[in-house]
Amino acid sequence: MPKIIKNGQIVDDGWQVLKLADDQTVESIAIPEDPVLLPLAVWLARREDILSRGVPHGVWLDSSEGPEAIAGDLEQLAVIGVNFPKFTDGRSYSTARLLRERYGYRGEIRAIGDVLQDQLFFMKRCGIDAYALRADKDSNAALASLRDFSETYQAAVDQPQPLFRRRTV
Amino acid sequence: MYRYDSIDQQLINERVAQYRGQIDRNLAGALSDDELRPLRLQNGLYIQRHGPMLRIAIPYGMLSATQLRKLAEISRRYDRSIGHFTTRQNMQLNWPKFEETPEILGELASVEMHAVQTSGNCIRNITTDQFAGIAPDELTDPRPYCEVLRQWSTFHPEFAYLPRKFKIAVNAAAQDRAVIRAHDVGLEIVSNAAGEIGVKVFVGGGLGRTPVIGKVINEFLPRRHLLSYLDAVLRVYNRYGRRDNMYKARIKILVNALGIDEFKRQVDAEWAHLKDGPTTLTDDEFDRVARHFTPPAYVTLPADDLSFATALKDDKAFAAWVKRCVHAHKVSGYAAITLSLKAPGVAPGDITDTQMEAVADLADRFSFGELRVTHEQNVVLSDVRKSDLYEVWKIARANGLATPNIGLLTDMICCPGGDLCALANARSVPIADAVQKQFDDLDYLYDIGDISLNISGCMNSCGHHHVANIGILGVDKNSEEWYQITVGGQQGNSTTIGKVIGPSFYADEVPQVIAALIDVYIEQRTTSERFIDTFLRLGLAPFKQRAYAGRDKRKIAAAESAETETAPLTKVANA
Repeated sequence: MPKIIKNGQIVDDGWQVLKLADDQTVESIAIPEDPVLLPLAVWLARREDILSRGVPHGVWLDSSEGPEAIAGDLEQLAVIGVNFPKFTDGRSYSTARLLRERYGYRGEIRAIGDVLQDQLFFMKRCGIDAYALRADKDSNAALASLRDFSETYQAAVDQPQPLFRRRTV
Repeated sequence: MYRYDSIDQQLINERVAQYRGQIDRNLAGALSDDELRPLRLQNGLYIQRHGPMLRIAIPYGMLSATQLRKLAEISRRYDRSIGHFTTRQNMQLNWPKFEETPEILGELASVEMHAVQTSGNCIRNITTDQFAGIAPDELTDPRPYCEVLRQWSTFHPEFAYLPRKFKIAVNAAAQDRAVIRAHDVGLEIVSNAAGEIGVKVFVGGGLGRTPVIGKVINEFLPRRHLLSYLDAVLRVYNRYGRRDNMYKARIKILVNALGIDEFKRQVDAEWAHLKDGPTTLTDDEFDRVARHFTPPAYVTLPADDLSFATALKDDKAFAAWVKRCVHAHKVSGYAAITLSLKAPGVAPGDITDTQMEAVADLADRFSFGELRVTHEQNVVLSDVRKSDLYEVWKIARANGLATPNIGLLTDMICCPGGDLCALANARSVPIADAVQKQFDDLDYLYDIGDISLNISGCMNSCGHHHVANIGILGVDKNSEEWYQITVGGQQGNSTTIGKVIGPSFYADEVPQVIAALIDVYIEQRTTSERFIDTFLRLGLAPFKQRAYAGRDKRKIAAAESAETETAPLTKVANA
């Protein structure tokens, strides 16, 4: 079974990420009978159908898709994926923070796509708590980078108070 | 100046450890070159034409003598005993070894220095007025604001992978000396009718291939909201700035595409959620940081010093230096001085290890052990007694640091250019050298008076040529080096983008073209006019006409055809 980093540990994970191939449409794509992260467009078009199946489901947002479109659906989503098409595309950091800080989402936010060790610390700070590392990378090594820094200057999801409100001198 | 507490130090130490691990993984093959690239850039490491270049951060230009001595030592041990100051008040080393860069960062950390975010698509080193804290025309010391911004921007988790780099400058003086209108965000510290301190925020300025003057997005932002407001600006940019074309990825393109009103509406909508949240700054925090910048132990001195007055009268060379390199200070009996790094035959902004040590000694002996780097690539000693100026000048002169040309034509801003930089289309240092040689008569330079001449080796515009009275831009046409000339740019409160005078020139034509432009000014000026004033009165035409007068017809034809045939350059910043 594939493994992901979740809550600071390496764990088995059975979720699939469904992607629309070029010859598939939102209406025609088959939705597996296993836990699945759906493309936003599929979720928006087939929400009632998906809810009626009773299978765990979530949605993944591409970096160009903000959280606004699912703001009203958060209670129905066990997992929200935020995609990093390239690790240098930083939009999903904002998406994750908005999901946590603006919309109060408490479920799992999972980084998918080009997810690499050296970005995990910032992802964690932005409220991402599960990381589907790119398949060729070493999860054990990556785990350590969640603790690259022992303090932080800014307020963010993991530490809502900026350092200047916590300094003792 | 700001001194690290144990947390600041720990963070920088952890950064060195993180970077060391990244380099080790790269050398071991576990981290590809492409994966390392943005990581090393955010630690100042470029891979250049001849090898790596390391850009060391000098936050808002402030250095202690101890730090400068460390830079001298590093340049000697790990480089070729030379450093180069940049327009972001940073220092570049041009010959470090890739494998030794973690060690260099470790050395820097031992003196509270680093190379964090001196490159990459993130918030870069904050810059400000080199006369911060001592300028007679300032409202308040901008450095506490800069330090608050430094901490906020350092390892900001949401904004480490922006569409493109993001530069912030701060000014708190009546006369802007930090070019804030040519920054992604420019911050002017102001006060309102009630005497409350706030910030006038400019957004969407920048040089590069599409020069734009920043637009006012907020006339008065109470200072406590500074960080939450910038979080809102950056979030809108991070989400909606273009990522499909790196030449259109700066915030200025987004601001222009939306229009400032719509951009402001989006920022305000975002800010409505962030305003008054935990990121709201406290007076306690401003006070805590400001305590690091309390004035040094000035002694009470008369405004005029007899020995200084005597030396001025008796020594013409000293008097010439004082006229150009000594600046007003708000404390009686003190002055600030600029040590020129624009000596003839030296690449503008370059400083040797022994010069660094000489400057550090001068700072220790005469200026409370501190100094500043200017965005014009010189060094400032900010707190020198007038009675010490003659002695300081003699030492500076003995070390090649007293060229009396600050604000004159040879005080050029110049990027490293094609000799070193992998991005450059043309060399810039030989052009600076040729201009130095053309204008080697100091009396003539004084007669020309205040003028700015800046040189960039490519469209990335590191040499700020757009905002110079005379700008020189290196362009590549059919693999030949050509130079485009602009006239009429200005920095400061009336920041203006210069106008291109016409087809580009060959390198060997440039000094004559500059001479022709100067001739027009000398012939046409009124008694009180600076070059820029004459230009504003006369317009481009007489300058253009003279620049091309008598020029080889064949060369003009070649330049014009090259201009139309050559596609825009394809080299990309952030090598």
